[in-house]
Amino acid sequence: MPSLDDLKKRIKSVKSTQKITKAMKMVAAAKLRKAQENAEKGRPYSKKMQNIILNLTRSISDPKNAPKLLSGTGNDKTYLCVVLTADRGLCGGFNTNICKLAKTSFKKILNEQKNLKIITVGSKGFDQIKREYGKYVVKKYSFKEKKQITFKEADTVGNEIIRLFNQNEFDKCILFFNNFKNVITQIPQAQQIIPVDNKSTKSQEENFLPYEFEPDEDEILEDLLPKNISTQVFKAFLENAASEQGSRMTAMDNATRNAGDLVDKLTINYNRSRQASITKELIEIISGAESL
Amino acid sequence: MSDKFTVEIISPDRSIIKVDTTEVIIPAYEGEMGILKDHIPLITFLRPGKIKIKDINEEFFVEEGIVEFANNNLLILSSTAKNISEIDKGSIEAHITDAQKRMEESKVTDKEKYLLSYKINTLKNLNL
Repeated sequence: MPSLDDLKKRIKSVKSTQKITKAMKMVAAAKLRKAQENAEKGRPYSKKMQNIILNLTRSISDPKNAPKLLSGTGNDKTYLCVVLTADRGLCGGFNTNICKLAKTSFKKILNEQKNLKIITVGSKGFDQIKREYGKYVVKKYSFKEKKQITFKEADTVGNEIIRLFNQNEFDKCILFFNNFKNVITQIPQAQQIIPVDNKSTKSQEENFLPYEFEPDEDEILEDLLPKNISTQVFKAFLENAASEQGSRMTAMDNATRNAGDLVDKLTINYNRSRQASITKELIEIISGAESL
Repeated sequence: MSDKFTVEIISPDRSIIKVDTTEVIIPAYEGEMGILKDHIPLITFLRPGKIKIKDINEEFFVEEGIVEFANNNLLILSSTAKNISEIDKGSIEAHITDAQKRMEESKVTDKEKYLLSYKINTLKNLNL
């Protein structure tokens, strides 16, 4: 049975923890609003970009000579996995969920006797992956010191991917990130960016228009495809940022609530023991008086 | 029947403008291009220059971008689009000298030189 003093100390410490989690929750909520806005504003760009590429793909005259970024190298021996995570912890299952999904894919790729290369963005993801798959990591990025991630950062990652691709370092590229659905649901996702995955958007096939191109299709594609990679990376960044804040908000909300529960429980305990000690003292006094 | 169509400029982090207008002039890769309603579906990309939107009299500076016109919707995707009235005057000089320096580097390709020269010209002629 802990003494009254011990209980008092514990209540105090839980209360101050609660204050911290509460503050973190509020900060996350404020940041979330901004991040969510950014994510939603960024969606049309990447979506329309994808649309244009799809239109281009359909009207390309000679599919065999299409740029490799679009159609792939023809092999699928080496996979490049880009895992996007946060730089900070204390955000619930956010980082773990991405890593879990990524690790399942890693296992599958290795089981199929294929080569694996990993790029991690965000220090938390690297920490979780390095233990098992450290030797596959070819590059790691961390934008910890950046307050807000802009298109520039996405471009650095995108250019690195393209550079590796041009050196024939890999055949397929998959992005792992958390898709922001709403504050409580974030869905870890794997998106294939090289070669372009054009199966998912088949429904729009009906409204196909004969486009006029200037300059010709190939030149546009060559210019557009690398840009698209950066755009997709950027979209993933934005989704991730919103998801991180959402996830942190929920996690901190839960922590605050749990701390509250704990304080209640400890207070009851504290009151009980106080009552018990008073009763004990009373009994002692009474029995002492009786024996006189 | 109005002779207006919708023009929308989108950058990766936000939608910059969406208005109805009668004519837009874009700096397409192979020359300036005026677009009116019911233009044939078109995809092209941009060189550095000014996008002019009639009716609202606003101009945007872009360095690169891609343009799609379909169903009377003009869509301009550019990561560098900026409303000219919002451009910081001081930074223009820096951009120009920067671009000029790049021009003098020996390994710059002809294509880059072409784009850079347009960038310098446009920036010089912004006359704020």
